Amino acid sequence: MLHHPAGWVIVLSFIVAFLLTSIPLPAWLETFHPDWLCLVLIYWCIALPQRVGMGTAWLLGLLQDVARGALLGQHALALVVVAYIGLKLHRRLRLFPLWQQSLSVLVLLLIEQILVSWVSGISGYPPRDLGYLAPALGGMLAWPWVFILLRDLRQRFRVA
Amino acid sequence: MTLLTPDNRRPLFAATVNSFRLVLFALLSIGMMVADHRYHQLEAVRNVLATFIYPLQYVIQAPVKARYWLTENLASRTILLTENAELRRKQLFLNAELQKLTSLEAENRRLRTLLESSVNHQGERFLIAELLQVDFDPYRHQILLNRGARHGVHAGQPLLDPQGIIGQISEADALTSRAILITDPNHALPVQIVRTGMRTLALGAGNFQALQLSHILNSDDVRVGDVVVTSGLDGRFPQGYPVATVTQVEFDPTRPFARISARPSAQLDRLREVLLLVTDPADGAAPKAGARIAGPP
Repeated sequence: MLHHPAGWVIVLSFIVAFLLTSIPLPAWLETFHPDWLCLVLIYWCIALPQRVGMGTAWLLGLLQDVARGALLGQHALALVVVAYIGLKLHRRLRLFPLWQQSLSVLVLLLIEQILVSWVSGISGYPPRDLGYLAPALGGMLAWPWVFILLRDLRQRFRVA
Repeated sequence: MTLLTPDNRRPLFAATVNSFRLVLFALLSIGMMVADHRYHQLEAVRNVLATFIYPLQYVIQAPVKARYWLTENLASRTILLTENAELRRKQLFLNAELQKLTSLEAENRRLRTLLESSVNHQGERFLIAELLQVDFDPYRHQILLNRGARHGVHAGQPLLDPQGIIGQISEADALTSRAILITDPNHALPVQIVRTGMRTLALGAGNFQALQLSHILNSDDVRVGDVVVTSGLDGRFPQGYPVATVTQVEFDPTRPFARISARPSAQLDRLREVLLLVTDPADGAAPKAGARIAGPP
């Protein structure tokens, strides 16, 4: 990734997303804590599908598993599936207006949350209510800002 | 034929997405999960990745640390003076208590030798660890500490705060370690009610304010306000440390057991520094009945 021009922008965006995902929010917001890493991953899958794809997603997922103490492969699996769908639909998603993109992102995030909590459920931590889906809503609301910010960054630094 | 843009010969549209790669990565993930969950074979991989993340976790901690530093350094003189006086008073009080405790301990030991009991309360050492991260998943109560195997931390080590038992180490990496709290839905802790000496298990329920005491019969004598301490029967947690206070007792004749909740003595949602009880790794590593993280309650 670093061999391409301005590849560091992508790496940096992932690092920042990683930090944001791990930083605790105030209690009333914590339920809706968006998965920033997943949002940034979706953006790069849509914008640069030839550079960011399932391999990147898998590696990021593994790192997140270690950071969260989850089963090794739990987030990796979810992110790979999200990246796959993002890559599949990237041409369509690019053309969507922002609000419609947000809705598609909501679906992607829901898929991620459901996959992660399935694995949690199998390994002995079944979710007790639908609260585990709330981060997807937070992610949907955060998507327009992530999109605009990353698009400006990509254009300014000519990441291609 | 793929279309190429004229300037840099990059495909205008990425090649069709390879579904084979999805299957490959998915199978790889599932394989790793099985290996991790069933056979605990991936500790090395986890350790390597954890080393990568360690600096990031330190960065995350930086703003919090900065805030504490600022509040400590910019506190006004009067506040410091009052705090100082307060602490001095407390110290005096604690010293007096301590004197009493020393004599009590000596007496206790004497009585125990008379009774030829093997309970041993001396020589417990502690290691102080700081919290690096709290798991924000509401169904798992885990914390990340800034001490790892390099500092002598190992799985199964009990964790305390000044008020009571917090949990135990579930895995130790080189520089960090992860601990499971007693309120985690998958944690069970053998305890004893001080007033009656009754033994039971304190099960986590995914709530920082409540533990469930299991297998207490409707006819048993449990009251609100009863203090619950570790029983030490698991051979992992030391005996007699405060765990919780009973807050709710519900005797329901239609159920086989009473429903009893207790509030943890430790302030689990306000942790910053914790005490690690230094134990023998060989002793703690072997799973013992009761204390080991049980299946879903």
